[in-house]
Amino acid sequence: MAETENKSKVHVDKMDFYYGAVQALFNINMDIAEKKVTAFIGPSGCGKSTFLRTLNRMNDIIDGTRLEGKVMIDNSDIYSPMTDVVGLRKKIGMIFQKSNPFPKSIYDNIAYGPRIHGVKDKNKLMEIVESCLIKSALWDEVKDRLDTSAMGLSGGQQQRLCIARALAINPEIVLMDEPASALDPKSTLKIEDLINELKKDYTIIIVTHNMQQAGRVSDYTAFFYEGHLIEFGATGQIFTKPNQKQTEDYITGRFG
Amino acid sequence: MNKQRLRAKIIKYFLQSCGSLSIVIVLLIFLFLFKEALPFIGSPGLQELFHSVWNPVSFQKEEFGIYPLITGSILVTVLATVIAIPFGIVGAVYISEVASPKEREFLKPFIEILAGIPSVVLGFFGLVVIAPLIKQMFDLGTGLTALTGAVLLAFMAIPTIMSISEDAIKSVPAAYKEASLALGASKLETIWKVVVPAALSGIVASVMLGMGRVVGETMTVMMVTGNAPIISMNPFTSVRTMTATIAAEMGEVTIGSDHYMALFWVGLVLMLMTFILNMISYRVLKRYGIHE
Repeated sequence: MAETENKSKVHVDKMDFYYGAVQALFNINMDIAEKKVTAFIGPSGCGKSTFLRTLNRMNDIIDGTRLEGKVMIDNSDIYSPMTDVVGLRKKIGMIFQKSNPFPKSIYDNIAYGPRIHGVKDKNKLMEIVESCLIKSALWDEVKDRLDTSAMGLSGGQQQRLCIARALAINPEIVLMDEPASALDPKSTLKIEDLINELKKDYTIIIVTHNMQQAGRVSDYTAFFYEGHLIEFGATGQIFTKPNQKQTEDYITGRFG
Repeated sequence: MNKQRLRAKIIKYFLQSCGSLSIVIVLLIFLFLFKEALPFIGSPGLQELFHSVWNPVSFQKEEFGIYPLITGSILVTVLATVIAIPFGIVGAVYISEVASPKEREFLKPFIEILAGIPSVVLGFFGLVVIAPLIKQMFDLGTGLTALTGAVLLAFMAIPTIMSISEDAIKSVPAAYKEASLALGASKLETIWKVVVPAALSGIVASVMLGMGRVVGETMTVMMVTGNAPIISMNPFTSVRTMTATIAAEMGEVTIGSDHYMALFWVGLVLMLMTFILNMISYRVLKRYGIHE
């Protein structure tokens, strides 16, 4: 099945996923490479967001969901009854489709994660806030107004704040669910630059509707269709000579 | 055509007058209260209200100091609010965030029932159950204390606080919760550090409305607080609230006497207090787009 030559961070084995009686994902097998960008593409409703959310067990909060098969992160099964979900999510940052900063100050938004994980020292918190804002390329724009409400930022700034907030828990994996779909082209470009910068330190998995975006930012691309993983491989190969007819049809814009 | 237009106009005016009725009534009540209270300013003079003894029926000297009544009302209201806030808010959090849909369907009607209990019944319950309990628990001479009244009034404020807080909590966007959970916060941390702060304005407003209800409550407090017009901030003493004073004395007072007018001033002050509380809660609710 889909293999990559890099060290595998996430290993998914024969995974099926259900919303109640409705099966949303069918027999997914995949290895996601460490410190690379992996993009999930496919038409709406193909299961790519659902799949992304299985990786940090965010689907748990939806009643009646069920998963079969295995999802391994660093060789431990995250769906085993022994798994500490809070500890798991601490290892995985998540950026949502619509930016969702808390109605708190910029500083408190970023300090929220470290605080709940036990960082109390003010200097240490400030250090984290600053470094995360620098990493998310927002520091210069907000350094003078850290104590003002995050709701006053523009859409693009809010999304970068959410990225900074996710980085503040020092995750190993960053999940992005169409992070730029609600942004203007300029903000989108900023987010994409940021992804290129971040992949040095983080394993990034991004769901995107935008194929050009997948082409620009990702090392590997997975194409989903109707709950099935149709094709998975190096982004260059998927976009230039896909093995599956469906992939080709989607990429060339014949459907979706 | 003309006939139709006339009809539409008549209907419009009819509806308009129905809609404005509440404003007219409020204004009329205020005017009436003021009219009855007005002569007091000339004799014996407004300054008679601003001191610390309420002793309106006396052969030596009648005194109309409303301070003990105000402190009585404040003491009972504040105590009731302090008791009601934790139950109301925690209850709202439970119903909106923790309870299963089944539990919710089961719990909500009970809150409505609690809100609908006639205050005289609650007062009766207080007299028979709560007062002896408090007397025994704190080893007091009488169970008819400010605390007894406050406990019962808390029962009345809890449904108000709970249902409006619940609305406020429910209107917190799910995206905040998701963001918090994704950062590795537990459900409890998410509730207390993200959801409740985001709903705080609605919760504050619910508390203000609950207080408004408590300040104006009469029958229960008259039955269980002992009705002693004493200036005291000790919850274990008997107190007398403004509402209980009016209810108890209005029936026996000579119309047009100083005492009669003094009672109207008490009523005016009371109305002002509830008006302010309602204004504040209305403002808070409106500002954050939450409505009852």
